[in-house]
Amino acid sequence: MEPSVATPPPGRPPAAPPRGKAPTGAVEGSATWSVLDRLGLAFCWALGLLFCAIAVAIVVYLFLQGVKFLKLDQLTTPAATGFSETQTGGFSDALVGTLIVATMGIALALPTGIAIAVWLVEYGRPAALARVTELTIEAIAGIPSIVLALFGTVIFSSTALGFLSRSNEGVVFGRSFFAAAAMLSLVALPLVVASTRQGLESIPRHVREASYAVGKTKAATVRRILLPTARPQVATGMILGLGRIIGDTAIILVLLGATQNFAPVEGAVFPFDYLRGAGTTLTNFVYEASPTGNLNQPQKAYAAAFVLLLMVLGLNAAADLVHRRARKAGTWSH
Amino acid sequence: MEGEFHPEYGPKWSDQRVERLLGALVVFVVGLLLAMIAVVVARAWPSFAHNGLAWFGAGGDVDDQLNAISLSGQNGLDYVWTFHAWPLIWSTILITGGAVVCGLVSALFVSVFIVEFAPTWMSNVLQPVVRFLASVPSVIYGLLGVLVLVPFIGNHLVTEPEKASVAGVISLTGYSLLAAVIVLTIMIAPLMVSIFSDGLRAVKPGWVEGSLALGVNRWRTTWKIAVRAARPAIVAGTVLAVARAIGESVMLAMISGSVGFPPNPADGLIFIYEPSRPLAPTIVKNVDQLSSKPANATLFAIAAVLLFSAALCSLAGWIARRAMRKYGAA
Repeated sequence: MEPSVATPPPGRPPAAPPRGKAPTGAVEGSATWSVLDRLGLAFCWALGLLFCAIAVAIVVYLFLQGVKFLKLDQLTTPAATGFSETQTGGFSDALVGTLIVATMGIALALPTGIAIAVWLVEYGRPAALARVTELTIEAIAGIPSIVLALFGTVIFSSTALGFLSRSNEGVVFGRSFFAAAAMLSLVALPLVVASTRQGLESIPRHVREASYAVGKTKAATVRRILLPTARPQVATGMILGLGRIIGDTAIILVLLGATQNFAPVEGAVFPFDYLRGAGTTLTNFVYEASPTGNLNQPQKAYAAAFVLLLMVLGLNAAADLVHRRARKAGTWSH
Repeated sequence: MEGEFHPEYGPKWSDQRVERLLGALVVFVVGLLLAMIAVVVARAWPSFAHNGLAWFGAGGDVDDQLNAISLSGQNGLDYVWTFHAWPLIWSTILITGGAVVCGLVSALFVSVFIVEFAPTWMSNVLQPVVRFLASVPSVIYGLLGVLVLVPFIGNHLVTEPEKASVAGVISLTGYSLLAAVIVLTIMIAPLMVSIFSDGLRAVKPGWVEGSLALGVNRWRTTWKIAVRAARPAIVAGTVLAVARAIGESVMLAMISGSVGFPPNPADGLIFIYEPSRPLAPTIVKNVDQLSSKPANATLFAIAAVLLFSAALCSLAGWIARRAMRKYGAA
């Protein structure tokens, strides 16, 4: 039996000694540098510490305000109209709205994003279309979400799509969970594509060749071998996408409605009456409850922002966990 | 072999069909983008057509013009189209420019620090910090800006004589260029840091080692060799940050001041305390007017300008990244 020749996987240079982190003692200290260079290094330290300080300040400040103003019943009571902050209820509809929008948005973005990434990496013919697609994804990532939102008003106000929102005597309202989630999925799409693509590209060619050699088709290879291998990256992309979806405000403001409560469409079957109706999310609630919004209840804005921040922190932790696990399991790109 | 049937050979998931299916999806997404461009431009056209190049110019109070436009659509009178967006454009330029310059400098130093000079524990702290700062929703930045930074600027930084000196023109309350630039810098710098540090890590070790072997110290080596070699990444990150800054709407709607006023550098240094309103927040603030036909066209015209600038940025970033790939980085 011939010993298999170990070739480094394509796309990875042969292992180079790590730079900058030379063995201890060999690292040149800054003592011999000129004053200007040392000042520069000090500036580096100052900025690094400033970044840390800003992050800590945001977390600690919102945490303190959240603990002070967040009441548990705010999470279970919907917003109401009233004259003082005690009468206006909580933001349960916003909380549920965020969950709905996140689920629907990612449910749209994930399959689409994976499909596009698979096509780009595994098929990618004709080459011109591949290049155009790359550029398109890049462009979608760069489009301001407010422009996506305006585009959404045009699409979802068309009579053909009236069944996705409230319509009244032929006039389509165009604001619904469907509309918002569809546009939000475009916000998450580039992140899913980029991450999945990175995962697929890091799988060495010989894995594919082994799969073809045992007679699997290309499609089967993608489905059974490549996507399961790239799962950590797909998960990372999904988490990043979720973070962007729950953090987006502009699309919600334009496409979900200027209300702080669910506004189900009468006469529709259960989940669809809510999904076709207008609603709100935490970001929208924070915006409206801030001094510049219509409600002006800063205390509740802090409480809702605190809940939102907890969600973001949770997603960040999840991304870290996925990353660490993948590294432990030893996939190709970690 | 005739009798054996493997489901993966079945006609349902035949290779060609999968390729065609995926291809169709890709074409659909590309088509969606083209449709978006077409729709936005088509909706925007009346506004551009009625104003010509004066759309981009100065003249009159832009808020009054917007009001007149939306009112004319509601009352069934003759539509009013006159719109001179210069105050909004000027505000966009000032805020984006300020934030990108501050962000570029700080992101460059921080990414050099993370990649080259920070002790391991420090870079292990900084990396999650940068990721966290990049993932905080813009509305939270806006809320903190409006409740913490804006009152601080209004009460402690702007002095009474300064307020009095421009009292007839504009009132300085703390909603200001300064607040907007600070918060926007915090939002876009992390984005730049992550792209810059990827670029710096991909610099060929041999180049750096060559410089070190010649006796150049680590600081100068980093700036003369590594940072220069990572230029495509720096361009790509900056361009991406510009696109993000131009498109930022909600945070700026909250703290930029929401007045269609062009801050005037001729006022002296206090112009950084003057309120304004960039293009994107103008859409957010006037979203209720979408049902009024001329207002709709005007808002889409603003969107078209944003879309065009964002597209330019994406194109530049894409070109820079292709150049990067050629040199083996990223």
